[in-house]
This record gives sequence, structure tokens and C-alpha cells, in this order.
Amino acid sequence: MTGAEIVVQSLIEEGVEHLFGYPGGAVLPIYDAIHQQDELQHILVRHEQAATHAADGYARSTGKPGVVLVTSGPGATNAVTGIATAYMDSIPMVVLTGQVPLPLIGNDAFQEVDSVGITRPVVKHNFLVEDVKDLASTIKKAFHVATTGRPGPVVVDIPKDITVNKIDFSYPRDIKIRSYHPTTKGHSGQIKKAYELILEAKKPMIYTGGGVILSNASEELVRFTELLGAPITNTLMGLGAYPASDKQFLGMLGMHGTYEANMGMHHCDVLIAIGARFDDRVTGNLEKFCPDARIVHVDIDPASISKNVKVDVPIVGDVNEVLIELNKLIEGSDQRLESGALGSWWQQIEEWRAQDCLKFNRDTDTIKPQFVIEQLHQVTEGNAFVASDVGQHQMFAAQYYGFNKPRRWINSGGLGTMGFGLPAAMGVQLAHPGEQVACITGEGSIQMCIQELSTCLQYGLPVKIITLNNGFLGMVRQWQEFFYDRRYASSYMESLPDFVALAESYGHVGIRVDKPEDVRQALIDAFEKYKDRTVFLDFIIDKEENVYPMIPAGAGLNEMILV
Amino acid sequence: MNKHIISLLMENESGALSRVAGLFSARAYNIESLSVAPTDDETLSRMTIVTNGTDDIVEQIQKQLNKLVDVVKLVDLTESDHIERELMLAKVEAVGDARDEVKRLVDIFNGRVVDVTDTTYTVEITDSRDKLNSFLTSLSSIKIHEVVRSGAIGISSGEKILAL
Repeated sequence: MTGAEIVVQSLIEEGVEHLFGYPGGAVLPIYDAIHQQDELQHILVRHEQAATHAADGYARSTGKPGVVLVTSGPGATNAVTGIATAYMDSIPMVVLTGQVPLPLIGNDAFQEVDSVGITRPVVKHNFLVEDVKDLASTIKKAFHVATTGRPGPVVVDIPKDITVNKIDFSYPRDIKIRSYHPTTKGHSGQIKKAYELILEAKKPMIYTGGGVILSNASEELVRFTELLGAPITNTLMGLGAYPASDKQFLGMLGMHGTYEANMGMHHCDVLIAIGARFDDRVTGNLEKFCPDARIVHVDIDPASISKNVKVDVPIVGDVNEVLIELNKLIEGSDQRLESGALGSWWQQIEEWRAQDCLKFNRDTDTIKPQFVIEQLHQVTEGNAFVASDVGQHQMFAAQYYGFNKPRRWINSGGLGTMGFGLPAAMGVQLAHPGEQVACITGEGSIQMCIQELSTCLQYGLPVKIITLNNGFLGMVRQWQEFFYDRRYASSYMESLPDFVALAESYGHVGIRVDKPEDVRQALIDAFEKYKDRTVFLDFIIDKEENVYPMIPAGAGLNEMILV
Repeated sequence: MNKHIISLLMENESGALSRVAGLFSARAYNIESLSVAPTDDETLSRMTIVTNGTDDIVEQIQKQLNKLVDVVKLVDLTESDHIERELMLAKVEAVGDARDEVKRLVDIFNGRVVDVTDTTYTVEITDSRDKLNSFLTSLSSIKIHEVVRSGAIGISSGEKILAL
């Protein structure tokens, strides 16, 4: 078998059904091999960045690794943003990059870059294949590393001559990497200690992140939260792991988190952090973070523990496995949190909740972005997959959509990559053909990967693009308003295209909405009348609406700016 | 801020060194010296990194190094008794009285003069970093033309071993 055929067969052995990519000189043999089979479907994007985001959305919504194929040189460099996006959010992904033939490496050959060197800081691991006999085992290793432990992207750089060389093919059943043994089972002693500490709490708080979703631990988390009777908040990455409609849920925490979640964090005495990494957007000023709390931290990555915040009881392990053990421990014990103290804690929380920090003015002539998200929730009954770009619209979506299921909220939390939304939504739609998929975006973000409208047409992906168009790079403008004395440097989007006409020129449905009373019907039309079409909804919204609450940089979680 | 000597075994593969070096620069960790060479097992390289930082930072450095897929095993030698060695070659001015003075100092520091010209001595000393620093300080007024140091390597004292 040729190296190219080995690549394709290896992917099939791994159960890969969809491959996102873009051809070029160094990968022509692989594309030729793809062309001659029909088990593996290749999705041709319009830019390599989109290939990685689409694979990323595919991975986030399914839990399976996303797979990408790009050519050498610019193919690889264009993919870097998407690789870094996946890396920051711990998304399993395997990226195959073409490379110039081995004898040319280092010669500044046409379309040569040091792909392994360039991607090194933004991958979990990467490989350069130097012999066709190592090709299958390297691909096996790549999938193994990408999907186990704390997941992440893995790059396999394949020189063109390797794909032409021939060797007998056998795909390894399993692979051992002597230096790689992620810990999945939590230490039982530590789990006991954690429960003992939790039992001492008078004001407990559960704070969970993307790790719960990555380890498919929602069910156990719900059970755990129910057993404790404690309040719970999710990070931006963790939304959907716990049903937003439940009354123990306090909403998202952090820079644009709810008043009750942030105040609860600030005043708690025992913090139970699960699959979250104390990101700066969550903690605010570290000096002021959870001043009275003793902390339990469950995470699969030892390096995430005590990195930003010193914790009292660390538990290294897979979140789901640890929660199963912890829940068994609680269920087998007759000790519970002291109900009197818990009652007064809830009373305090309800007072904070009564602030209704997410209220917004409903009596306006212009469309409020919050209203659009709220209506989207209603029209889709809270069941849509929502991919988001980055900016104000992302925060509004996180605050107002109310995710009740995991893997439905697809956003670039760590890297904050504008341009992520549309290609990610394509990946989600491809993985879930019959489901409702929305891409919430802004007129800034959408233009960063707008070429993918063409891909949507080619593969008939009926994504609903919900553009909250305020004519500004809204989040930049908001910061300029608050911290730069309203000097709106380069945040005004001049010369916008006619998005409706643009969508139509790509063969899609375009709808412009500029009155609040038309919002709902437009959404209904998009999801019902144009169910099978890609629809571009251009919502002309309030130009200077801000995202509240907001914790300014350097402030503590109790120092929020409210409406 | 304490000095730590981290010794690790890693896969002897191309790019492994750059993963470690890249980690230190990407996360703004200090690196005082780094030395690396294959071991008796040709599939493994042994690397010795001298770094400094608060206990929290050094803990992070160890965790981040352990996270690298190519790193097989790691030990912080400074956590227990250990032997530390560094090789230094120094070319110093050796004219007049300084000729005897340099020779005397080299003897005191258990070094050797390995090359001689009418005006220079090239001196070889193997010892801990601190001792090498003391030697350079003790040269005081004697002109140093050139100094080459290997960076520290180290091994645990007693029966403790770092191996697969």
C-alpha cells in the first residue's frame, strides 16, 4: 500500500467519517487516495482555518476527534489559528499536514515551513513522519494522545515522498507510549478528604468548567449537586453541563457572569472546582478571589491544579470517574451538609438573585441583542446547537440562551477566536444532520470566515446565521467606552456589505430585521419555512448596548458593574 | 527564589530538546543552564536543567515538563542529596607573577592547566557551579580572556536512581 493509502485506511480504522481539508501540492497523493474510496467523506472548506474550526465544532458536539487535512506551507500556517483554538479549549483533534519531500526539508523549498516547529506551542503533541513504516503507528499514536487524558490537538506532518512510498499495511490494535500515562482514577484518600471538607461547609459553592463536558460527566454532576443541595455555577466553557433551568443553577460566573454566581463565589467557604482551570476571566483579581474559601479541585491535568489558585484538596483524575466515586461515597454516608446553615446560605443567594442582573429594557424601538437570544431560545425550545463567534454576541448567547444539555454550546472560550462560529456550526451540522444549528455572530466576526457560506452551499448545511449587527466591534467599543473615554479607535465597522444580498449571491436565504416585533417571526421562518436552507439573519440591533454585569480587569468578583 | 536542578529522561528524538526549550520561553520560566546528551540506552536522552523560582513556579515547571509527551521521567535533584558537576574551560592571562598565581589557584581548585602559551594558560576545572564561580572570583585581578562552561549535570547520591 502507498503511504497515501495508509493514511486513508488508518483514518477509516479510527472510525473517521468526515475529514475537513483543502488540497495542495504536498497532499495530492493523499487526495488521490481519498478520491478512490467512499468510506471517508472529505469536506472541502474555503480556507484552512475553517477546516480546523469545522473539525473542532464536530468534535465539541460529538465527543469524537475532529480530523483535518491541509497542505504544506500556507496550508499549515492557515490552520494554526484553529489548532490553537482547539488547544486552549482542550478539544481532541488530529491535523494531518502535508510536508515537502524529506530530502528537501530545510532547503526553503516551495511551500515549505517547519510545521512541527510552528505548531509546537499550540498542540498537545506533534510528529514528523520520517519513514513510511512508522506512518500507521504514528497516526494511531496521534489519535490516542489527542483523545485521552486532557484532550487536545495533535499534528502529524507527512512529507510527500512518504505518501508515495509503499509498505505492507497493518493498523496497530493498541499503542503504548512509555512516557504517556494520564491519570484517570482519582485517589480514593483524596476523594474522602474532599467529602470531609465539603461536610464542614456552611456556604458551599460548586464551580464547574469544560472538563465536565469533555469527560461526559453531566449526569454525575447533576446527581452530585442534587445530593449536596448546594448552588452551582458554570464557566463559559462549562455551560450545558448542568441544566440552566434548574433552580440550583446560578448562571455563568466570571467577567460577565451573574451577580448571584459571582457573589456566591466571593462569599463561599468551601469551593468545589470541577474540570475548571481558574482562568483569569473567571477569577478576576487573584488577590481578591474567594477570600474565605477552602478549595477542592478535581482536574485530569495535574498542571492545572494550584497553577493560579492554591487549593486545599487536589484530586487528579477524570471528572466522571471521580464524581462517580464521590457520589457513591455520599450515597453510602448518612452525613449531609448542615441544613440550617445551607438554608441561610440559600436565603442570601436568593437575595442576590432578586437583583435580576440580566434584566434589560424591553420597551425600545431598536432591537436589543438580549431579546434576539431570548427569542432564539424560545423558538428552538432551548434545544438548538449554538455555535458562537467572539465578542458581545458570545456573552449575550452565554447569558441568555440557557443551555440545558452538554455539547450544545460551541464557542472559543480560551483563545477567543473571531471567525470560529460559522465553520464550527458547519462541523456541528454535519455531525447532526437533522438538528437545529445556529451560529450566533456579529458583523465583525462573521466577516472573518464568511467565505464558508460557499461550503454551506456545497454540502447543503442548513445553518442559521444570527448576526447581531450593531455596526461596531461591540466588545472593543464597550471597553473603549468604559476605559478609554469613548475614543472609539477602529471599532466602527464602516463599509459593511449588504449581508442579505451577499447571502443570496451565495445561493442562501438572507433576511434583514430591524424592528423588535419582527424578530420572532424571522426566527420562526428561518427554522421552519427555510428549514433546509442556510439562512443569514441580519439583525440590526441597538448600536451601543453593553454586556452587563461586568467585572473590570483587576477587580474582585464582588466588584461588578451592574446595569 | 531557590536554585533547582531538574534532571529528566526523555525520548531521544528530533525536536525533543526544542519542546523543553520552547516550554521555558513560552511560560517565561528562568533557565540558567541546560545540558543534554544520550544515555547508555540510546533511545533516551538525559537532560539537566538548572532553573530558579519560587516553590510554586518550580512545582509548575515540573508539572509542565511532565506533561510533555516526550518526557519519560523527571526528578528534582535539589530535593535530596545529590552530586553536581560542571566542566569549565577558561583561558586566562598568564604573564609575570600571574603565571604562578594562576597555577596555584588551579591546584587549590583541583583543576588542570591543559594548554599553555607564553602569555596564557587554558585551565580545566570540574566541580559544582558554586565552586567554579568561586574560582573565577578568586582570579580577581587576573585577566580572563574566555570562559566556556558545560552547564551542570547531576545525579542523586546513594542508591536512588533515575531510570526506566
